[in-house]
Amino acid sequence: MSAAAIPDKPATSGLGGQTGLALLLPIVLVNVIGFIIPMLNLARMSFNEYVPGGGIREAFILGNWIKAIADPFNLQLIANSITLSLGVTLATLIVSYPIALYIHWSSGRWRSLLIFLVIAPLLTSAVVRTYGWIALLSNDGPIIRSIKALGVENPPRLLFNTTGVMIGLTEILMPYMILALLAGFGRLDPRFEEAARSLGATPAQTFRRIILPLTLPGIALGWLLCFVLAISSFVTPKLMGGGRVFLLATEIYDQAIVTLNWPVAATLSILVLILFGISLAVYTRLLKRLD
Amino acid sequence: MEGHQLSWPLRALVFVLMLFLLAPALLVFPISFSGDRLLSFPPSSWSFRWYQSLWQNELIISSFLTSLSLALVVTLLSLAIAIPAVYAIIRLKTPGSEFLYNLFTAPLLLPTIVLGLAILIIFATIGLLGTFHGIVLAHLVVTLPYALRVLAVALGNVNLACEEAAASLGAGPLTVVRRVTLPMMMPGIIAATALCFLVSFDELVITLFLTGPKLTTLPVELFRYVETSADPMVACVSVLLFFFTLAIIMIIDRAMGLTQTFVR
Repeated sequence: MSAAAIPDKPATSGLGGQTGLALLLPIVLVNVIGFIIPMLNLARMSFNEYVPGGGIREAFILGNWIKAIADPFNLQLIANSITLSLGVTLATLIVSYPIALYIHWSSGRWRSLLIFLVIAPLLTSAVVRTYGWIALLSNDGPIIRSIKALGVENPPRLLFNTTGVMIGLTEILMPYMILALLAGFGRLDPRFEEAARSLGATPAQTFRRIILPLTLPGIALGWLLCFVLAISSFVTPKLMGGGRVFLLATEIYDQAIVTLNWPVAATLSILVLILFGISLAVYTRLLKRLD
Repeated sequence: MEGHQLSWPLRALVFVLMLFLLAPALLVFPISFSGDRLLSFPPSSWSFRWYQSLWQNELIISSFLTSLSLALVVTLLSLAIAIPAVYAIIRLKTPGSEFLYNLFTAPLLLPTIVLGLAILIIFATIGLLGTFHGIVLAHLVVTLPYALRVLAVALGNVNLACEEAAASLGAGPLTVVRRVTLPMMMPGIIAATALCFLVSFDELVITLFLTGPKLTTLPVELFRYVETSADPMVACVSVLLFFFTLAIIMIIDRAMGLTQTFVR
């Protein structure tokens, strides 16, 4: 997306403008059939009418939209998705921040190793990591057993409920948060901290007055990225929710595949995109205020 | 920078948090050697029985082969489509190409659950559902943004002077591209190859919408398996996939440097 990668030099090749269009034709075709038409059609689909048992009738009704934002079940769905995503994003920030700070302060091979370890989980699929969590959090798993060994009679369930989904999602999103934080830590110069400390600031003061303000852009970026990823996440809620956690993404899938109510699924999808847009707008305003 | 005051409480905290991050991925290694009938950790006995049962699971083997051929076809097509496109955008500066570049990298920003549904609805009407070429097309939509970005950087790094020198020595445009530009883009092409392969091979959510009864991919099969049963077999698949992925990552790392691909 960054136009900066494109050098601003004149074309020297002897190939003309028509050649350029010919070279672009395949990618245009793929995206028209696989991306642009489907997305436009999705928006159109949200105004069609679902006939139970009879499929979909071409129409132009607002019924799906009214249902999406007025039906108590759907309202609950939206509220669940937003609160869960906010909670997960906050938890992810808290557990990622120390790691990002530590990586920012380290250097050389050690830094490369740490960055590799942070990226490594991104390269194993979300299904596998979710599976690992299922083993860890199940009722006869090591965590519940340790809690029981400490003498707690009825330990809380950690799997197939909202708690499980939150734990799993937090871990799944950590690499993204750490990378976003690191990208935003550019302004944090160790000399500022040294200066603060040599002027007599305690570590807590240094953190609150120097480190935290200077890392706010990174926090904002990580917050945006993880919130957006959390609200559209599907695999972890589906596998760790055990059919008891109802979120926008899981409902889109169920409506599309199980109920075959595509108009409602399309409406909820567009709703997710609207939430994306709102998050982006909030982020942009926040960033302006930070500058 | 060891001189920086990294107090030991911070180090201990970071260690615990890293453990939290890596635990679920590391856990599959011991679990894969479990001798138990059901998923549990730590296993009460050890064996290779789940690796053996994996070899007899025809669905897993055939979905692996589907995923492999899918990823190979998608990767080759991604390169064949993205290299000319990048050339048109960066070298020829075809009018409107910067807009197209932004448009075609946009699918990366879309949630896959939305894109998957959108493609499902269109494919259902044109009869591409559950077909190999349909899934290839859908995967291309998500691999092309990666290919475009990596290849745009690679082509941007190719020194124009080399191309000009070749042209002034009498090489035609096609010869310049074939003998100078493409060889100089090689690290980027290798990285794009590996990246497209991994993205296609791992793609789950979009594919979940498009698979049919006769055609499933490995990620889809693993997802359905974890959804319905809890036994150690998925751990065995994960371990084998880990080494498979590692080999591909080492290729990216050799060609470009992992940190460059992810953290600019």
